[in-house]
Amino acid sequence: MKLDIILAGVGGQGVLSVSAVIAGATARLGWNVKQSEVHGMAQRGGAVLAHLRMADEPVYSDLIPRGDADLILSLEPMESLRYLEYLSPTGTIATDTHPVRNIDDYPDLDRLLETVRSTGTAILVEATSLARQAGNVKAANMVMVGVVAHLLPVTEDALISEIQSTFARLGDKALEANLKAFQLGRTACAKSTANPA
Amino acid sequence: MTTTRKPATQVVLGDEAVALGALHAGISAAYGYPGTPSTEILEYLLSTPDPGPKVAWCANEKTAYEAAVGVSMVGRRSLVTMKHVGLNVAADPFINSALVEIGGGLVVAVADDPGMHSSQNEQDSRYYADFAHILCLEPADQQQAYDMTRQAFDLSERFHIPVMIRMVTRLAHSRSVVTVAPPHPELPLGDLPDGSNWTLLPANARRRYADLLDRQPALLAHSEDVAELQLASSDLGVITTGIARNYFFEHLAELGDRPSHLHIGTYPIPVAAVRRLAEHVAKIVVLEDGYPYVERLLRGLLEAPVAIDGKLNGQLPSSGELDPDVVRPALGLPDHRPAVPPLELAGRPPQLCRGCPHADSFHALIDAMVELEGPLVCSDIGCYTLGALPPYRAIQSCVCMGASIGMARGAADAGYRPAIAVIGDSTFLHSGMTPLLDAVADNTDLTVLILDNHTVAMTGAQPTLVPSERLPDIIRGLGVDPDHLHVLRASRKGEADLIATITKELNHPGLSVVIAERECIEAVKRDRRERT
Repeated sequence: MKLDIILAGVGGQGVLSVSAVIAGATARLGWNVKQSEVHGMAQRGGAVLAHLRMADEPVYSDLIPRGDADLILSLEPMESLRYLEYLSPTGTIATDTHPVRNIDDYPDLDRLLETVRSTGTAILVEATSLARQAGNVKAANMVMVGVVAHLLPVTEDALISEIQSTFARLGDKALEANLKAFQLGRTACAKSTANPA
Repeated sequence: MTTTRKPATQVVLGDEAVALGALHAGISAAYGYPGTPSTEILEYLLSTPDPGPKVAWCANEKTAYEAAVGVSMVGRRSLVTMKHVGLNVAADPFINSALVEIGGGLVVAVADDPGMHSSQNEQDSRYYADFAHILCLEPADQQQAYDMTRQAFDLSERFHIPVMIRMVTRLAHSRSVVTVAPPHPELPLGDLPDGSNWTLLPANARRRYADLLDRQPALLAHSEDVAELQLASSDLGVITTGIARNYFFEHLAELGDRPSHLHIGTYPIPVAAVRRLAEHVAKIVVLEDGYPYVERLLRGLLEAPVAIDGKLNGQLPSSGELDPDVVRPALGLPDHRPAVPPLELAGRPPQLCRGCPHADSFHALIDAMVELEGPLVCSDIGCYTLGALPPYRAIQSCVCMGASIGMARGAADAGYRPAIAVIGDSTFLHSGMTPLLDAVADNTDLTVLILDNHTVAMTGAQPTLVPSERLPDIIRGLGVDPDHLHVLRASRKGEADLIATITKELNHPGLSVVIAERECIEAVKRDRRERT
């Protein structure tokens, strides 16, 4: 069994925290995990890509071969399409629909979302709005962890305990918002699966 | 209840595995200068609880390297870290430290950046190790990064040479589980060393160099011992180095007839192992991240007895990093990439953060230059290199650390007006002071704009060596005329003053320095987080 995830977003959105939570919980299962991150210049508001590879057999390459990713998990709709060549024909895209318009030539959002939907299995969630509802707009990344939780080889409790250890240092209020964001993501996904847009 | 003792494991970045390996090798000190992708090695060591080794960021890679050599001289173990281009700065002590009689283990961890994720070139540090006649160890994964770093200290003491750990970005910044072993105790402080083995006067240096050359067969014998050769298919042999091994293993199940395989993790290149492989197979494919270092030596100048595929004959791309896809054609595997419909996606390059002081400084500089015809702005390495991109398009160059001032000085000497240098505070302290001294000595008609954000921002806001308040003292101390040295605030509110001052100094026919100062917005945010 293996699960290869492409994590996408914009520098500053918390892509690496998503990777840390999922990787941490999966490693506790005894799975092999490799988590390739982006540091340095690219983090400055630019497109960010991380590879997360998990398997109950050896994981060799730190990078996912193109066409092999089981999931593209994106914190931004345009970024969810940037690494499409990595997606397996049976893979899923899950993305926040809220755009980060820090560039002048951002494409038409409706057409963009239509393209995401047309890729096959796509889960589109208004994660940023849900995070605001959870009390911290920056917790959109944990909404998205909740959204894909059912695709991961770990239990909900394992993810919650990983969120607790990742965000405890930020204080009770931030931790609470992130946990609530995760639950809102769970619920939103159940709705979006029951009622495909 | 019974418990079984499991080996201790930790989930760490490749860089952190190097740090942990050094820590468990009993280092007394570690030094470095921040540079992606090497920064996390020292950051990890800085975050370990006291009492631990002395760990310090230094003015630059050269001073860091020299401090590490000093630790070795008195019999204790030391680590020095840098990115690949940092080794250019430290090249002088690096090359010469191979000629002294290394005492306590001296390990230099250098992180190369194939693909130039955060660098101005993709130079390959293995050439430097070869040039210095020392051992180079290249880990293939996080576990090897830990094990090889520990081993590097033993090898350094055994052969009395510095030993290089060559990392690449993908390993440096990839996280995985590492099993650790019990730590080695710190070495005792040594006696006064024999000065004749450390004073490289020509008479001593000739003797030391002959001695270094005499040790080369022993280094080679060691790399032959640890080379991993598996003879299988007589059609295809694959040579891998470092993380390229993983891309080969990734595809092994798809390769019907198992190729013969030589993995090289320790240099000098194990010649006998290469020859045994070459005698067994009809064709060799070389997979290595970086320059075609092994491949070029394999090809030599005369025709090779076997066919060789690699970067030099176009079977692999000659630049950029390897990945599981680009190695497929060289291994005879079909293209695996799915067809993706053409998408109209906008590029999203990195940019200065919202509220960045450099943005205010660039706005002021652009305003001050608006009436001028073709102002030349030489810039430097740091976040402010993003001033080359829209909406600023304010700089014409970025070559290497500190080059802004030297290049602007040269352009001014050649007659170009106005010549402007834009450099950050940490880069100035790293290697901007010496070219400024040149400009002072000559009273060059040059305006230097120092963007002082109180931190080494690009690499994650490490502290600078001196607090901002002391920067003007240093500049006055170098001899800059106090009438043409100004410190102003880089902010919206202070923009008019900054514009007026830059404008005035651009008109001054001599050397001026303008410091535009405000703390990095990311550092401010981090400090606020840490206070709560």
